[in-house]
Amino acid sequence: MIETVPTRISHPTPKLDQNIMLFVRLLRAIGLKLGSASMLEAIDAAKTVGVADKDFLYHALVSCLIKRREDKPLFDQAFYLFWQNPKFHERIRDLILPRIKAAGHQQEDVEPMLRRLSDALADPPDDPPNMAEDVEIDFDTEGTAADTDRLQHKDFEMMSAAEIRHAEQAIANLQPKLPRRSARRSKLSSRGQLIAMRAALQHAERQGGMVIPKFRSVITKPRPLVILCDISGSMEHYSRIMLHFIHALTRNHPQVSSFLFGTRLTNISRQMRHRDVDEAVQSVSHLVDDWSGGTRISASLETFNHRWSRRVMGQGAITLLITDGLDRNPDDALGIHMERLHKSTATLLWLNPLLRFDGFAPKSHSVRTMIQHVDHFLPIHSLQAMTDLTASLAKMQTQRDAKLAEWQAAARRASLAADLVPAYAQESAYAQEKGHTA
Amino acid sequence: MLKKGFVKPMSAFDTVEAVQQELGSAGYIASDGLAVSLFLALAKQRALFLEGEAGVGKTEIAKMLARVLDRDLIRLQCYEGLDINQAAYEWNYARQLVDIQAQRQSATNEKPDADNLFREDFLIERPLLRALRANPRGAPILLIDEIDRADEAFEAYLLELLSDWQISIPELGTIAAATPPIVIITSNRTREIHDALKRRCFYHWVDYPSREVEREILALKAPEAGAVLQAQVVDFVQTLRGQQLFKSPGVAETIDWAQALVELNCVALDPQTVDSTMGVLLKYQDDISRIQGSEAARILSEVQAALVQGELSRA
Repeated sequence: MIETVPTRISHPTPKLDQNIMLFVRLLRAIGLKLGSASMLEAIDAAKTVGVADKDFLYHALVSCLIKRREDKPLFDQAFYLFWQNPKFHERIRDLILPRIKAAGHQQEDVEPMLRRLSDALADPPDDPPNMAEDVEIDFDTEGTAADTDRLQHKDFEMMSAAEIRHAEQAIANLQPKLPRRSARRSKLSSRGQLIAMRAALQHAERQGGMVIPKFRSVITKPRPLVILCDISGSMEHYSRIMLHFIHALTRNHPQVSSFLFGTRLTNISRQMRHRDVDEAVQSVSHLVDDWSGGTRISASLETFNHRWSRRVMGQGAITLLITDGLDRNPDDALGIHMERLHKSTATLLWLNPLLRFDGFAPKSHSVRTMIQHVDHFLPIHSLQAMTDLTASLAKMQTQRDAKLAEWQAAARRASLAADLVPAYAQESAYAQEKGHTA
Repeated sequence: MLKKGFVKPMSAFDTVEAVQQELGSAGYIASDGLAVSLFLALAKQRALFLEGEAGVGKTEIAKMLARVLDRDLIRLQCYEGLDINQAAYEWNYARQLVDIQAQRQSATNEKPDADNLFREDFLIERPLLRALRANPRGAPILLIDEIDRADEAFEAYLLELLSDWQISIPELGTIAAATPPIVIITSNRTREIHDALKRRCFYHWVDYPSREVEREILALKAPEAGAVLQAQVVDFVQTLRGQQLFKSPGVAETIDWAQALVELNCVALDPQTVDSTMGVLLKYQDDISRIQGSEAARILSEVQAALVQGELSRA
């Protein structure tokens, strides 16, 4: 049984060790990777600087417990809650330590500040598995297995705010299988086919001159990933969830370049490298000012081809183009820019949330133009679609899609006859497709 | 920071103007920004990282600098898969094997002296290691060309070299530079170079030259082309660069074009010649088909009109 933990830290107490230990466990629970060495360091540091000055204590703990800049915002919030809020302090002790829970915790204890931390806590902590069983999260009862199952197939567009939050957590846990290609480097391997002379001679030196051949084999490395995501009005309900998706991919892959486009193109690769997804999304929202506006797919692709493609498309990149393809005023150059994009990348995947409808067929002019220049055309409207995609990304290059080939052939035929189709017919095709989404 | 034990080389240039002047007399027109970065890199003994589109004269800087300073130029052309064996050093395996055999035959009863298998005289020096060796002509210029073509692992390997001017060889120990080489790294930006590497360098983005600078360059590189042709060529190319092409022509292309036109005995541009020589300037079929024909004729007439206008206002 834990004794009363001091709620103020203005005077040093023998309980400091225990508090820091609790604090470190809290940090672990919200996802920071901390070993016990860090904890001992932190305790030592806190004793060295003393606890009289809260600022000094803060910086002492920061210097011991933060190893990556991205962890800082989460740490700051945890520090604020843990060391400055006595009520939370008690609650967190209840949560983290396996013990009989004290009764009488009210929901109103939870400050607005707490949401992110509580969300983080609701994630199963990835360090000690036994802790996950001990922790009982009393302020978050959603997110059960049945819930998750139901959410799998639900369209993001139809989800409530709470469901979206759960979907975001599920996305964070995605385990993408990324496409790889063979690099021109090799590593030691007993089954390799290249002779490793240096290793053989190093061995010979130790063995007194006996040369036994060693081998090397070629290694593979992940292909760079380029993501172009539409954030215009018609994609409004998807753009936030797509950011989470991009973040999940960025975290699992060393080389992701991501761009958002509505009326103009914005590079968000750096922002997406924040470890904390909320931080990442927030910094993107500061950066981008064309949320939910019009779409200028053609112009955005032109900008991308002109300014970025040669910088990020090297080394056999895979491109994910996330858009519904609905451009109210498609200009004639759309096909040219799509073709350029297609030629610059190893594989071009078009992820279209509209594809959720069984009866989908490329009708609008812009969709017909674009579909001719893609290698794959896949849905991205639900968790299931996302999971399927990430699981099969690695195999994409060798697969072919019969349905897509059919559409492409139809689109090609249609584009030959396009000059004969009056403008109002294209407009109505657009309206029809738009109506489908509503 | 200058490390202890290094001999500070005689300051190559006293001022930024001296850099520009010396390079200019050797036939390289350096912009102010480039001259400042170059001056700083030489004064502070740090690497110079040059990034820019293909054909803006990044590699040329290193060559000119070697000529002006009268130093050796050691060039390491990067490519995918470049590793230590090709970049820094390699062991001479054949000699090592022969050595084992020889030792075995000469002293059959004794254990061969295997400690000596990794001796310094079995080391084959590759560009990076060679750049660290003392050189009678002074610290050499090390050109690491198109680093964006090498893998990320190679960048990491460069970090030790660029910050401490040394290379660690596990079997032998650390080899430090007597005098740090002058390092110039170039990149065509086909991928982003890691910040850790950039942090150890002075960075300069080599841009397309201005109209005036490009004319000076042409006057130096293609003097056979008359003043009229030079002016037309430069204005035409400058206009092309504003056309959102997939690959805008670089300075190298401008020079090539001017020289090609001289070969064709052309004294002034005309639409037919422009069309037939477009392949010298533009290297993508999409770009060529966009510009060739009416667009080229339009640009040409604009250029000619502007030049006549300029003549009139000067007169």
